Amino acid sequence: MAEEEKNMITVYIMGKAHEVPAGLTIMKAMEYAGYQFIRGSGCRAGFCGACATVYRLAGEYKLRTALACQTAAEDGMFLTQLPFVPANRPEYHVDEIEPGPGTLAEYFPEITRCVSCNTCTKSCPQELDVMDYIQMSIRGDYESVSKLSFDCIQCGLCVARCPAEISHYHVAQLARRLYGKYFSPVPQHLLNRLEEIEAGKFDEAISELKGLGAEELEKRYVAREIEKIERGEVMDE
Amino acid sequence: MKLIGGYTEEMRESIEKVEKTRDKRMKMEFEAMSMAERDEVLNKYHPDYKPELKRAVAIGPNKGDIAPNEVVDLLEAHPLITEKDIDLSKIDYDVDLLIIGGGGGGTVAALWANDNGIPAENILMVTKLRHGDANSMMAQGGIQAADREEDSPILHYLDVIGGGHFANKPDLVEALVKDAPFILKWHEELGVQYDKNPDGTYVERPGGGTSRFRLHSSKDYTGMEIMRVIRDEFRNREIPVLEFTPAIELLKDDEGNVAGAVLYNMETEQYFVVRAKATVLATGGFGRLHIQQFPTTNHYGATADGLVMAYRAGAKLRDLDTVQYHPTGAAYPEQIVGLLITEKVRGMGAQPVNKNGELFVFPMEPRDVEAASFIRECYGRGNGVVTPTGMHGIWLDSPMIEEINGEGAIHEGLDAMYRMYKRFGIDMTKDPILVYPTLHYQNGGVEIDANAQTSIPGLFAGGEVEGGVHGKNRLMGNSLLDYNVFGRRAGLSAAKWAQKRSKPGKLTLRHVSSYEKQLMDAGIKTDRRSPMLLPDYRGKKVLARMLDDVL
Repeated sequence: MAEEEKNMITVYIMGKAHEVPAGLTIMKAMEYAGYQFIRGSGCRAGFCGACATVYRLAGEYKLRTALACQTAAEDGMFLTQLPFVPANRPEYHVDEIEPGPGTLAEYFPEITRCVSCNTCTKSCPQELDVMDYIQMSIRGDYESVSKLSFDCIQCGLCVARCPAEISHYHVAQLARRLYGKYFSPVPQHLLNRLEEIEAGKFDEAISELKGLGAEELEKRYVAREIEKIERGEVMDE
Repeated sequence: MKLIGGYTEEMRESIEKVEKTRDKRMKMEFEAMSMAERDEVLNKYHPDYKPELKRAVAIGPNKGDIAPNEVVDLLEAHPLITEKDIDLSKIDYDVDLLIIGGGGGGTVAALWANDNGIPAENILMVTKLRHGDANSMMAQGGIQAADREEDSPILHYLDVIGGGHFANKPDLVEALVKDAPFILKWHEELGVQYDKNPDGTYVERPGGGTSRFRLHSSKDYTGMEIMRVIRDEFRNREIPVLEFTPAIELLKDDEGNVAGAVLYNMETEQYFVVRAKATVLATGGFGRLHIQQFPTTNHYGATADGLVMAYRAGAKLRDLDTVQYHPTGAAYPEQIVGLLITEKVRGMGAQPVNKNGELFVFPMEPRDVEAASFIRECYGRGNGVVTPTGMHGIWLDSPMIEEINGEGAIHEGLDAMYRMYKRFGIDMTKDPILVYPTLHYQNGGVEIDANAQTSIPGLFAGGEVEGGVHGKNRLMGNSLLDYNVFGRRAGLSAAKWAQKRSKPGKLTLRHVSSYEKQLMDAGIKTDRRSPMLLPDYRGKKVLARMLDDVL
C-alpha cells in the first residue's frame, strides 16, 4: 500500500476533489473515493452502457465522453456520470412492418434533421461512425446501418450530444432487427434439423442415453470423435 | 514504469519467445487429455477441489450439502426484513405473473407468457439494476445448437453431460439440446443477427469440450445482440418493468404456494408488496461473491439474491459445490483484470502458451480442465508470466488468429476484445494477451424439472439461477442457450399455472420467521444479512484481489 500512497492523483467527481491511486478506471476511482453505485454501474466490462461519463481534463476546453469502466482516471479530471438519457422511441411490431427505403424515417422522422455535424460520432465511446449510419438510415440502407451500428452498446451519449435531437441508437436497433428478419434468411440446414427434431428422429437415441449408467455414458463420451480446426484454412467472414 | 506497446520490458522478453515458437506451434496438435489426466489436474489445481474453503449448509432443504463458504454465508444469514416490518394486507401490485430479474431469462419468460395468454398489463418484471443489466448482455462467444448435418442433438447431449461430469439432470439436458435449433429460429424471426457465410449457412466454431463446431456468434457481441433484440421486443409489447427495485423476499399464500414478493426500491428506500398467481425467478448467478477472492467476469448485480430468497421459501438447490472459473480472464493490464476474454479467441485458433513460448495443453478442454491446467502451469510448474502487480498469467497467442483466418479476422470476429485492449494500449493483432482463470458462472442453483418448475408450487426458474442443466461444469455456449430454453419453459409453465388459478389468498412471510427460528435452533449466531443486493467496493475494497493467495 505504501507505493500506492506515493502515486495518488486528484479527480473531481461532480466538482468535488478526491485523492485516488493512479491506474484505476473512473468507476473504480469513484468507488475508492467512497461512492457505492446504484445507478451508473452495470456490466463493468464495456458491454452495457450503464456508466456513460462526461469529463474535462485539466486545462482543456474539450468535453470528452467515455465509459467509466473502460477508461483510466487521470489527474485533474472533472467528471460526472450520465446514468440515463431520455430518448424518443416509437412503438413498433417488426412482424407488421414491410421494410422499404422510407421506413426508418417514417418511425423516426427526426433523422432527416441531421445536420452532419458529426458530434454523435465524436461522442461515441465505441468509436462507431454514428453520423454515417444516420445518413444510411435516411436512405433506408439497412445493411450498412446494421454493419456500422452493430457494436453499439446503447449508452445514449450520442443522443445527449445531438443538436438535431435524434435518438440514434433506437433507429439502429430497428434497422438491425429489420435487416436480420427480412434480409438475412434462416439457413436451410437449421430448418432441416428442426423438421428432424419435430419428426422425433433423435428421440430414441436420447432416451437410450438418458437411461445409461455413468460408466457406460463415460465410455460413449470418450469414444466420440472430435472435429478439429484445420490449420491454415482461410475461413469465411 | 516504461511500457512498450502496452507491455513492460520483462513481458516483452517473453513475447519474443512466443513469437519465435509461433511458426512451429502453428502446425502442432496438442493431444486432448484422457479422463485420468483430467482428474489429476482437477484434483490438484482446480479451486473447487479445496475442501477447506467449503462447508455444509446447517439448515434448510439442502442441510448437509457442501457449498463454498461465501454461498453458505449468505444462506446462513438473517433476512433484511421480518414479518412485522411489512403490511401484507396492502397490495401495491396485483398481477398474474411476477418476473424477478431483468436479464435474458426473465425477458424470454415474459415474451413467451405474453404469447401464451397473459396480457402485458398482467405481467410485472422487477429488476435490481436496469432491464438488461445482466450477464446475458456480456456473453461474447456464442450459443450452441446442433444444426449442421455432421452434428446432432445426440452429440450435443454427450458433450453437455460429459463436460458436466455426468452429474447433470438428464431431462434438462434433453430439453436443452432438443430446443436449441428452435430457439435460433425464434431469434431469427425477432431479427437477431448471427454470423453467416456467403452461402447463407451459419458460421460455426468449436468451444471447449464440444465434439463438433456448434457455436453460433454475432461477432463477439453475441449476448448483447440477443439481449438488446429481446428487450426491444419486450418494450414494444409495453410489459411493465420496475428497475432498481429488486425482490428481497418471496411471499407465499396460506396453501404454501409462492404468491409474489416483497420489493425494495433501492433509490427511494420504500417497500412494495406484489401479489402474483405465478412467479418466475430469473435473478442470475453469484460471481460478485468473489469466491476464494477471485476476480469475476460477472455484472455488478450477480450476488445470488435468487438462491437466498428461494432457499428461505423452501426450494431445493443443487450442484452448488462447484464454481466455474473461466480459463481466460484478463490478467493484464490492471484496469481490466478478471474481465472475460471469450473462448472464441481459442476457438479461432489462438493457443495458450507459457512464458517460454511453449504450448502446454490442448486448447479446447472443458473449462474446468483448461482452467486447472493454467493454474498448474503458473503455480505448479512456475511457467507463468508475472505482471507488475505480481499476478501470474498465460499468453493467448492472438496474432495466430489472423495467420490462420486471414488478415482482418480479429476485427471481423473479435471487435469487442480488440477494442478493450486498444483502450489500454495493447494491439492484440500484433501481440499476445495475458490471461488467468476468473470466476465466471454458477454451475448449480435452484433445482427445476423440465418444465422449469421448482420444488415449490407457483415458483418457476430459468437461467443461471437454476441448476441441474450443467451438472458440475457448464460448457461454453450453453448459458445463452440455457436462459432461452428454460426462460421460455418457465414462461410457458407459469402462464399455464396462472391461467388455472384464482387470486392467491392471504399472503404470508411466515416462512421467513420459521427460517430465523431454524438459524437459532442450529446455533448460528451472526450479524450477516441477505440478500446482498450489491457488492461493496468502497475504499480499498475496490483494489484488485490478490490472486497469489489462491494457492
